[in-house]
Amino acid sequence: MDKFTRLTATACPLDVANLNTDQIIPARFLKRPRASGFGEALLHDLRFDAEGRERPDFALNRPPWRGARIIVGGRNFGCGSSREGAVYALYDYGIRCVIAPSFGDIFSGNAVQNGLLTAVVSDGDAAEIMATLAHAPELAVTVDLEQQTILCGNRSYRFAIDPVCRHRLLEGLDDIALTKSYRDRISAFKASDQRRRPWAAPVLGPAVPGS
Amino acid sequence: MNDPRTLIDKLWAAHEIVRREDGESLLWVDRHYVHEGSFHAFSRLAERGTGVAEPGLTFAVADHYVPTRGPRHHIANPEIARMVRQIEENAAKHGIRLFGLDDPRQGIVHVVGPEQGLTLPGLLIVCGDSHTSTHGALGAYAFGIGASEVAHVLITQTIWQRRPKTMRITVDGHAAPGVAAKDIALAIIAHIGAGGATGCAVEYAGSAIKALSIEGRLTLCNMSIEAGARCGMIAPDDATFAYLQDRPYAPHGPDFDRAVEAWSTLATDGDARFDREVALEAANIAPIVTWGTSPEDALPIDASVPDPAREPDEARARYLREALDYMGIAPGRKLTEIAVDRVFIGSCTNSRIEDLRAAAAVLAGRTSKVPGLVSPGSSLIKRQAEEEGLDRIFRAAGLEWGESGCSMCVGMNGDLVAPGERCASTTNRNFRGRQGPGARTHLMSPAMVAAAAVTGRLSDVRPLLAGRKA
Repeated sequence: MDKFTRLTATACPLDVANLNTDQIIPARFLKRPRASGFGEALLHDLRFDAEGRERPDFALNRPPWRGARIIVGGRNFGCGSSREGAVYALYDYGIRCVIAPSFGDIFSGNAVQNGLLTAVVSDGDAAEIMATLAHAPELAVTVDLEQQTILCGNRSYRFAIDPVCRHRLLEGLDDIALTKSYRDRISAFKASDQRRRPWAAPVLGPAVPGS
Repeated sequence: MNDPRTLIDKLWAAHEIVRREDGESLLWVDRHYVHEGSFHAFSRLAERGTGVAEPGLTFAVADHYVPTRGPRHHIANPEIARMVRQIEENAAKHGIRLFGLDDPRQGIVHVVGPEQGLTLPGLLIVCGDSHTSTHGALGAYAFGIGASEVAHVLITQTIWQRRPKTMRITVDGHAAPGVAAKDIALAIIAHIGAGGATGCAVEYAGSAIKALSIEGRLTLCNMSIEAGARCGMIAPDDATFAYLQDRPYAPHGPDFDRAVEAWSTLATDGDARFDREVALEAANIAPIVTWGTSPEDALPIDASVPDPAREPDEARARYLREALDYMGIAPGRKLTEIAVDRVFIGSCTNSRIEDLRAAAAVLAGRTSKVPGLVSPGSSLIKRQAEEEGLDRIFRAAGLEWGESGCSMCVGMNGDLVAPGERCASTTNRNFRGRQGPGARTHLMSPAMVAAAAVTGRLSDVRPLLAGRKA
C-alpha cells in the first residue's frame, strides 16, 4: 500500500449529504477484477447521462476539477453498501483524500485499507472550504497528515482522524502481516474459548436431501 | 461486584484477543459468511499464496448474482455466470461449505444464517455485506466489512476493531395492527437520520421490540445500517431460544440447554449505561413509506411530500428539490396520490415466511393493478410458502413467484426496475439507481407493498385489512 504523508492538489467540492456507495460506484461495475481499473466507474451515473455523455454541470466534469485528487464532501460520505469498489473507484480515478464532516463506518475502514485518507472536519469548515473552492476552483489545497491540517487559500483547518488509521496511512502498513505477529495469542485464545463457549462451534448439520 | 455491563460490552469482552495501547482490539470471529461479491478477497489469498485459516467457521452462499426469475441453471450473461462460478470454485478450493444454486438450503445469506442455526446468540459474525447487522436480531455481534477485511478474516479468523460507542433505542408500547417491524425501523431512521447512529453499536430494547417475532427482529436489525450503525442487536430471550431449537447447525439436546443457560446471561445489566439513549412510542408509529432518495426520507402514509419552497434552510431546500426531481414527484403532493408502476417483495430485509404471509393476507382474493415480483428469501421459505398456498395467492393476484436471491433489491443479477419506473419495494435502500439506473424506489413493509399493488398507488394498508386476519 502507498504511504500518505502530504498532498497538494486541486480539490473538487461535492456538496451532497449522504453520498452513498451506490452513487460512488453503481452495482453493475462491481464484477470486474481489481486489476482492470475502477476509475471510469467513479460516480458514473452522476458524471454521465443515460447515453454515456458527460453531464457538463457535474463538478467533477468541470475543467479545474477533472484532475482533482481531493474531494470535499457532505456529511455521512460513503454511507450504505460495504462495497470496497467505492474506494477502488475513487483511488483509481486519482483521488487520495476525501474531506467531509462524517463518513460511513465501513467506507472509512475500506479507505484506510487502500491508502485513501478520510479527513473529518466540522460542518462549518467543510462549508467554508467548499465556498472558497467555488470562488477559486483552481486553488491547490494542501493536506498534511502528520500535522493533521488542511491549507485552503489563506486559511488552515484541523482535521480529525483515528490515530491508528493515521499511523497506518503514514507507514503504508499491511494489516495481515501485523496480525500474524499475534499468532500465539490467537491460538491461546482459540483454545481457551473452546472451553469457555463450547456452544459457539457449528455442529455438522443432519444430512439434507440433495446436499 | 462487577460493573454493570451492556449486551454489547459482554459480547465485545468475549471476543477480545488483544487490546493494543492505541485502542484497537483484535477480535475473534465465530462465523464468516462469504458470497459471490467476496471474489476480491479470494483473489487476495491467491496473490499471497495462502489459505483459509478456519474453513469450518466459514460458510459460502450464492445470492447476490443468482437468477431469481426463469431458469436457474443457464445464466445468459457470461459475466454474471462467472460470478456464480467463482464462489463455487473458491468454496471447493478452500474446503468451505457452500449453499449453492443446487442446494435446497440456498437463499440470501442473511436469511440462510439464522434459518440454518449458524447464527447464534453471543457470536461475532462478519460478512462482506453491510446488511450483516441483520444477525444481531438473535443476540449476535454482527457487522459488514469490506473486501480487504474479508481477506484478513479468511487468513486469520480475526478482525481489528475500535470499540464502538453504544446506543440504546427503546421502543415501548403496542404497535397498531398493520404496523410492522419495517415501519418501526423507518420511524427510527426518520427520527435519528441516515447518519444518526454512525460509529455506534445499537441495542434495541423495550416492550414493542420484545413483542416482535424473530422475523420482525431480523427486519429491524437489518435496517440498522441505514441509520449508519455499526451493528444492531436484541438481547436473546425465550422467543430467540424457541426459534433456534432444532435448527440444523445449532447445538442439540443437552448441549442446547447448556447453550441457553449461557445465552441467558447476555442481556444488558439493569444499571448499565449507554453513550446515547433514544426512545420512541410504538403507538405513535403509523405505516410508513419513503418518498425520496435516502431511507431517512420517510413519512407516515397519510402525509404529503415536502415542499422545498417552504423550507427555510437553503441547502435542505436544494436537497428536497433534487430528490423530488429524481423521484418525479410534485412538491407537496399527498403520498396516497402517487401511482406506482411495479412492486417487489423480497430482499434480506423482508422475504421471510412472515413477510410473505403479511403480503398474502392483503392480496388474497384481490388483483394487483401493476406487475410485480415476489422473491422468497430462501429456497426453504419458497417451499414452505408453497405448502401454505401463498404462491397461489401471489400468482392469482397477477404477481410473478420467483426464486430466492438478492434479486431486484440491488439488481446485480439483471432483475432491474426500468429507468423512470416507480417501484413499491420491501427492500432497504431507496438510493438513486439502486434498483437500476433511473429507477424510483419507495421503501415500505410487505403489507404496504401489497396495498400498493392492489390500489396501484401508495396506500394505507389498514383499511384493506378490515375483516381479514393480518
